[in-house]
Amino acid sequence: MTETLSGAQAIIRSLELLGVDTVFGLPGGAILPTYDPLMDSSKIRHILVRHEQGAGHAAEGYAAASGRLGVCIATSGPGATNLVTAIADAHMDSVPMLAITGQVNSHAIGTDAFQEADIVGITMPITKHSFLVTKAEDIPAVMASAIEIATTGRPGPVLVDVAKDAQNAKFEFSWPPTKEMTPGYKPVTDPHGKQVQAAAELILQSKKPILYVGGGVIRAGAHKELHKLAKLIGAPVTTTLMARGAYPDSDPQHLGMPGMHGTVPAVTGLQKADLLITLGARFDDRVTGDVKTFAKGAKVIHVDIDPAEIGKIRHADVPIVGDAKVVIAMLTQELEKQLKGKKYDISEWWSYLIGLKERYPLGYNDLDDGKLAPQYVIERIGQLSGPEAIYAAGVGQHQMWSAQFINYENPNTWLNSGGAGTMGYAVPAAMGAKVAMPEKLVWAIDGDGCFQMTNQELATCTINQIPIKVAIINNSSLGMVRQWQTLFYNKRYSNTDLHTGTDTQMVPDFVKLSDAYGCLAIRVEKVEEVDAAIKLAMETNDRPVVIDFIVGRDAMVWPMVPAGVSNDAVQYARDAAPIWDGEE
Amino acid sequence: MSQHVLSLLVEDKPGILTRVAALFARRGFNIESLAVGTTEVEGVSRMTVVVNLDGQPLEQVTKQLNKLVNVLKIVELEDDSSVARDHMLVKVRTDASTRSQVLEAVTLFRARVIDVVSDSVVIEVTGDSAKCKAFIKVLEPFGIKELVQSGAIAISRGSKSMSEKVLK
Ligand SMILES: Cc1ncc(C[n+]2csc(CCOP(=O)(O)OP(=O)(O)O)c2C)c(N)n1
Repeated sequence: MTETLSGAQAIIRSLELLGVDTVFGLPGGAILPTYDPLMDSSKIRHILVRHEQGAGHAAEGYAAASGRLGVCIATSGPGATNLVTAIADAHMDSVPMLAITGQVNSHAIGTDAFQEADIVGITMPITKHSFLVTKAEDIPAVMASAIEIATTGRPGPVLVDVAKDAQNAKFEFSWPPTKEMTPGYKPVTDPHGKQVQAAAELILQSKKPILYVGGGVIRAGAHKELHKLAKLIGAPVTTTLMARGAYPDSDPQHLGMPGMHGTVPAVTGLQKADLLITLGARFDDRVTGDVKTFAKGAKVIHVDIDPAEIGKIRHADVPIVGDAKVVIAMLTQELEKQLKGKKYDISEWWSYLIGLKERYPLGYNDLDDGKLAPQYVIERIGQLSGPEAIYAAGVGQHQMWSAQFINYENPNTWLNSGGAGTMGYAVPAAMGAKVAMPEKLVWAIDGDGCFQMTNQELATCTINQIPIKVAIINNSSLGMVRQWQTLFYNKRYSNTDLHTGTDTQMVPDFVKLSDAYGCLAIRVEKVEEVDAAIKLAMETNDRPVVIDFIVGRDAMVWPMVPAGVSNDAVQYARDAAPIWDGEE
Repeated sequence: MSQHVLSLLVEDKPGILTRVAALFARRGFNIESLAVGTTEVEGVSRMTVVVNLDGQPLEQVTKQLNKLVNVLKIVELEDDSSVARDHMLVKVRTDASTRSQVLEAVTLFRARVIDVVSDSVVIEVTGDSAKCKAFIKVLEPFGIKELVQSGAIAISRGSKSMSEKVLK
């Protein structure tokens, strides 16, 4: 059956038919035709943001918290370019996202028309794929294809740029679309049985294996399979910044996060292992440090759905292309078969690792600056809110502390900008997460710098009744940059002072600002006030809450492996490299 | 560094050339030449890309290209199982005293003269890149006024067709 629709109506109808229930966006000339039928849709909730970057990160937060597709929409030119940062972010972190942009009339494309930007060209290297639609009748097939590409294989952002005349033109709409838009798109999900067998053999030969778990395990929804595998072989587990929550922090097999600010047991465990069982991770430089000296003695099993990740940075002895959920389940089965009930003994490896865990637990010291310790604030938020809550972070010190001092027990509860490191991610991502998971407690743990990049979405939260909680870890500076200046630039603090602390000019006053946005706004300066403020925030659900935690600016993120240095040189605290029992 | 000839079947969609070229640029891979044209299948174009690299990066190039949604298939065409040809047009300075020498070179290289005026000729030659290079060397002393090359196009030997499996 067909029905005469405009291209604009077809966009909305296709989204409805493809199960989209929420879009974040902001209208303008070139997308106006689509906003008209959007107003009538009873299936799609449109949330009007205050900046398109907010729409993009909200779509990301929606996707990361729920595992579903996130959708954002913007007009041509500046509307579209305002999405660019979020699209790049989604690309780096494999977030399933659909970005719809209006484009000038097809005959005006290429003439430098008003609000024309070649957004397909601009986003080519930061999208999984993109479409420029100039004919209304292509819309249903393009929308279906775009969503399929965004959500399958290695997920990622897909851009659909629709010329205004294609939105206005009428055509005969039918569903499902018959035209195949992308015959070249065929992600591999099922691994080669032989490879899985080889991986199992390699595991059982190894004496010092380690599970190097990346964000792919979360995107694949493979946490249960991972748990089963880890329990079967009893191997130590590390979860990267993107994988926090893929394996419970409370489990004794968990060594914590590896990398630049990873735990000593995780960093060292990888360095000393004889086998990396790499699952949905990509040997990012923030994990490996100097690649040449990374886990030098280890063989590598590399499981990834993206063949291009395998062997990109580190040679894989056993490469396995496939969906982590499928591969891990098969691998576990194969191991069970090969073990035949025998126990796989790595107790010597464990006694070494347990020693590390005991000697080098994560921790922090209160500084005698009369200010709150930022780590304490974050730790209390985690303890009071619990592992069912969702935590979105900005980028900087507060992000690292949130990854370190909150215990994650569940996937999709830790949202952050890992690959791109986008300041401004937290508030809109938390907003998107809360929309996707309204019954969940959602925190944005943000820096005073990051917060100033996207806090206007608090207006969106207030107006649309999206009661997120924001904790500003206010150290009155661009803290992470300041930390590097402390460590590597002789304490010359070039342009990192933000003047937002209580003993400064306090511009802006975050309490006044948040109050103006209709939030419950609280300032906390003393240890005794911390718990009460967090509890009040948790109880307040009629509006967003912003807590301005005034913390010391000299706190630093430890442990640390300086950029480009070997992970062997991990520093537990300033000038404190772990001592390796004279074993080498 | 070694030269590799990659043959790509791609959907004939706007922007595909940009996507491929941009990928090479962004990942720091060197393109020696790139030729595009239509194929026996409607809507499908074929690109022949000659790249300069080695082992590991070639695999990266292929994998990254494969991720482009509009790329249908990629094969590396090895020297011994394929033929590659360049098409070249050269405008060479000639006068009464040199014309016969130039024409002799044309015969030797099985090239063709396609335009003649009093002070120059336009010559067309096809062949692998070694032959084209050698031909240029021979013509250089006479004075090359203009030179244009297509970039290699390549095809496998034998009866198999690259598009067989992809396009059902
Ligand atoms: C958009 C953007 N600009 C600049 C940076 C570089 N950068 C990384 S962390 C950081 C400081 C962030 O400061 P703040 O939000 O106050 O967090 P803190 O480190 O103090 O916890 C900066 C500027 C970035 N990651 N993103």
